[in-house]
Amino acid sequence: MSETEQKRIKASEIDPKFKYEIAKMPGGEKLMRCFQCGTCTSDCPVARFSDTYRPRQIIRMAQLGLRERVLSSDTLWLCAACFTCTDRCPQDVEVASVIRVLRNLAAEKGYVPQVFKEQAMSILESGYAYKIPELRIKKRESLGLPQLPKSNPKSIRKMLCEVSFLKFIEKKGE
Amino acid sequence: MKMAENKYLMFLGCAIPYRVSAYEISARKILQKLGVELVEMPEFNCCGLPLDPVSHEMMVMLAARNLALAEQKGLNIITLCPGCAGTLKKVNKMLKEDKALREEINEHLKEAGLEFKGTIDVKHLMQVLIEDIGLEKVKNTVVKPLIMLKVAEHNGCHILRPKEFIGFDDPEDPKTLKTLIEATGATCLDYMDETECCGAPSVGVNDKIALQLARDKLNHIKMVNAQAMITICPFCHIMYDTNELRIEKMFNETYGIPVLHYPQLLGLAMGIPPEELAFNDLRVDVSNILKQVAEGEK
Repeated sequence: MSETEQKRIKASEIDPKFKYEIAKMPGGEKLMRCFQCGTCTSDCPVARFSDTYRPRQIIRMAQLGLRERVLSSDTLWLCAACFTCTDRCPQDVEVASVIRVLRNLAAEKGYVPQVFKEQAMSILESGYAYKIPELRIKKRESLGLPQLPKSNPKSIRKMLCEVSFLKFIEKKGE
Repeated sequence: MKMAENKYLMFLGCAIPYRVSAYEISARKILQKLGVELVEMPEFNCCGLPLDPVSHEMMVMLAARNLALAEQKGLNIITLCPGCAGTLKKVNKMLKEDKALREEINEHLKEAGLEFKGTIDVKHLMQVLIEDIGLEKVKNTVVKPLIMLKVAEHNGCHILRPKEFIGFDDPEDPKTLKTLIEATGATCLDYMDETECCGAPSVGVNDKIALQLARDKLNHIKMVNAQAMITICPFCHIMYDTNELRIEKMFNETYGIPVLHYPQLLGLAMGIPPEELAFNDLRVDVSNILKQVAEGEK
């Protein structure tokens, strides 16, 4: 298949209900307001250095209902969440939050970079986003720092047990 | 609830105890000097921010859990990390304003014997310095003005944006860190794209783009001949200090720009001996700065 053919949008790819699904999620409410002015892309620090990451394009794909195409796209994970686009959008779209909604939907389908899975697992196991080495925790005393407050991974796991992403990574881990 | 004055619950977050001790050590020193009493969290977990991309629901629950734990102590939270500050502020606001969400989250917290009531506030270190302690008091503790230094500031994104949730300073033209730097006697230089992201959140997804972002900033700072960069975020600090050598190698550049945590700068101006401010922890050689400060005293 040629590159043009791969990029061509087929009618069967379009899910007209996708945008309503996004608009129901917190942060996605104002997706339909976007009129494609491109302020987000032109102000995006990541877009400056990436040949593929274009927030305006992601928003358009979401509006059109290209569910599979947008959720499986690697570029979705390049957003640095600096919120410049959100603050500057003339239509008040909360661009970074729409992208976060799309990432959440992608994660539920298993499209998620390893680094995020690792942090999720660390939080479940230790309560902290990173596995803080025992040596570091012990060293605090000699540095004149108070003890690191304990976390409660058992209680955290219990609280999060109904979250669908958690079910997904735990299932994968089996 | 009326809060005790100058007394806060310290919310450390994960990045600082993991690898940015110098920030914590110096922050505790300057806060002590300013008469601030810090109480440790009885227990805490990750603020939730790293999980927002994969599950907004998990982020809200993790943040709410921390807020509920803090409420039991009846004290406002101080954080050193803008990521933690931004996340806890956002969720605090969401839960205070949205009754349905609050009830839903409290159902989950109930099992752990916790409840979110909405009785406390969350502030970043900069906010405590400028809003609660006040610029005058900060200035009054300066005994060795750093008039010999010309530096550049770098704010963390999450203490500025999104404006709707943070409501602190002007994201397009932030003044707080500049004002606090100038309080030490140092000159704070303007440079291109000052409010731009350091790139840290893209590390692990696309390191090259992340480092290009950091390099861009170092270039702009070099152009104005800043002697040092001043940060107030553990992640930004890692990007510029820990990764500076890596950036130099990757792009064949030379910077040698030391990156100081703001409390280290203020600490020097307060006359705290450098060895108490954990300068040894910094990767980029800071000896020139320390030498100039020491010579300035003569």
